[in-house]
Amino acid sequence: MAIREATLAGLGREQLLALHYQMSLIRQFEEKAAEAYTLGKIGGFLHLYIGQEANGVGAISALRPTDYVLSSYREHGHAIAKGIEPKAVMAELFGKVTGTSRGKGGSMHMYSAEHRLLGGQAIVGAQLVISAGVGLGIQYQDQSDIALTLFGDGAVDEGAFHEAMNLAALWKLPVVYLCENNGYSMGMNVKKAWSVSSLEPRAAAYGMPYLQVDGMDVLAIRQAVQQAAATARDGKGPTLIESVTYRFRGHSLADPAQYRTREEEAAWKANRDPIQLFEAKLKEAGLARDEDLRASTERAGAAVEEATTFAEESPFPAPDDLYEHVQQDGAGAIAWRDKPSTPRD
Amino acid sequence: MRVITYRDALREAIREEMQRDELVYILGEDIAGYGGTYSVTKGLFEEFGEKRVRDTPLAEEVIAGTAIGSALVGLRPICEIMTMNFSLLASDQIINSAAKFHYMFAGQTRIPVVFRMPGGGGAQRGAQHSQFFETLFGHIPGLKVVMPATPYDAKGMLKSAIRDNDPVVFVEHELLYSVKGEVPDEGVEYTVPLNRGEIKREGRDVTIVTFSRMVHISLQAAEELAKEGIEAEVLDMRSIRPIDLDLITESVKKTNRVVIAEEGWKYYGTGQGIAALIYEHAFDYLDAPIGHVTGKDVPMPYSKPLEQAALPTRADVIAAVKAITPVGAGAR
Repeated sequence: MAIREATLAGLGREQLLALHYQMSLIRQFEEKAAEAYTLGKIGGFLHLYIGQEANGVGAISALRPTDYVLSSYREHGHAIAKGIEPKAVMAELFGKVTGTSRGKGGSMHMYSAEHRLLGGQAIVGAQLVISAGVGLGIQYQDQSDIALTLFGDGAVDEGAFHEAMNLAALWKLPVVYLCENNGYSMGMNVKKAWSVSSLEPRAAAYGMPYLQVDGMDVLAIRQAVQQAAATARDGKGPTLIESVTYRFRGHSLADPAQYRTREEEAAWKANRDPIQLFEAKLKEAGLARDEDLRASTERAGAAVEEATTFAEESPFPAPDDLYEHVQQDGAGAIAWRDKPSTPRD
Repeated sequence: MRVITYRDALREAIREEMQRDELVYILGEDIAGYGGTYSVTKGLFEEFGEKRVRDTPLAEEVIAGTAIGSALVGLRPICEIMTMNFSLLASDQIINSAAKFHYMFAGQTRIPVVFRMPGGGGAQRGAQHSQFFETLFGHIPGLKVVMPATPYDAKGMLKSAIRDNDPVVFVEHELLYSVKGEVPDEGVEYTVPLNRGEIKREGRDVTIVTFSRMVHISLQAAEELAKEGIEAEVLDMRSIRPIDLDLITESVKKTNRVVIAEEGWKYYGTGQGIAALIYEHAFDYLDAPIGHVTGKDVPMPYSKPLEQAALPTRADVIAAVKAITPVGAGAR
């Protein structure tokens, strides 16, 4: 029951170009982040979203601003699509105090209470169980928001997936589960990891509606999430959406992707690039000309440059920040333990 | 003051806090229809209904994750883990989520979740149902870990834990539920802080540092020691994290001798952590090496005589005290 390709009719030119801008922004942001990583400006892990941009942009465009988004460690694109300034996202990558998490989270732990992005999680599948709680909180307080939960195909292998699916369906929680199936959990081909070939039977096992969608088609993803969000908002519970997508880079920048062929990668990049596909569609429909798309791309590039300069110029956290936020009640009730002992004279 | 059980004290704390704050709810396995495995939540479902007293599937990871997620959007969950032995299945969420979010998201979250869980041995429940894991949670920055020993403290600390904006691991003991003690009348407001121990018995000759059920065993040991002229000071730490080090060092300055008594295993555990802090902060006040009474270094056996041999006893505490306290110390 694949979603039929969305028409462009639902969205006007301005809105369509806004989607293009966001995808281009994320693409260029990630390319810039990769560059900064190789220059040593960014440490730790860096999981790029290149190739998967249509997912976050399409899905989040289907939400209301007050809806919640929960994500994994591959969440830079989700953060930007949720409306967080690219400056704050880049600053977080640089470990600067102006970052989304004041430099304490890093690439994998973006959070914005203001924008209702409830975290990037680096424990695979954690956001699935947490989103059940967010859904419960919404339901408990009779609110009309929903919680969109984004995860990869690897998260499906975790027990957390099954515990969360069951509870969310059982309690009819207002959650949308979107699996960005990019074919690989790190280096593991999904065909070697899943006992079934799609998530459809898994959704059926929990009595949940299932939608499969082309993960390179921003409008198709938008339409699927709109449908699932409406179901959730109506009190009819969660939907499991499986998006078939591909990451153009390795799992992280540390991964040369030896587990797949260069031919496979080249074919996806040449034929299934979500930005190129969208550009072709806009032009074909007469909704954008080359110069419109070039302007959108250039504007996105300028925002990335601005974000990078901002991150470069921002200060690192002060040393005193080390003990901040361990607990609510100040510097941490146990911080005194770390004070050097003072021997009696 | 009236006398009630530890179990009833906990239930009163939950009921009073649920009456006080609509955002407080409780979830867990068999807490509603069944009334709680140890009957702590008996009657709450009838009083508050299924919205606020929620039975869950047997799925500890999503129970803990649900509590945490609901806290992110404003609720104040009490999360009952049926026994501490099952907390390992929830431990990823407790350690990697609850303990971390406030820090790694730089203060944008609060996680006012109470993870209630009973542990401990002595009821012939075997190797997988007799454990204390307070050491695991006590190791983690971002968590508060408390282990009240009396009905008064259980009620007062559970109320504090529910009102606290940080995640609290609230460790009960399966053999304490029927222990009785004095508690103010229902509705008479009091709380007990989450970061302070208490002197449960004053003494001048030796300090016994203990918590949870071993408080009662240590108090019994102190009574016997007093007959022999040794006055033991019994410190009920009540909280493992943070640990009330000031209470310990003040007592050590007076007694110059310490025995740590705990039910858990010896190596790399809570007691050894406390001993290291005493050596670090009060070494010069010690007149003898620190004594340490623990459970035996084995998985808990089922057979009654073997289980009794594995658990620390009053006699063990008395022996440990005498080993470091010279005869006639009490006559100083």
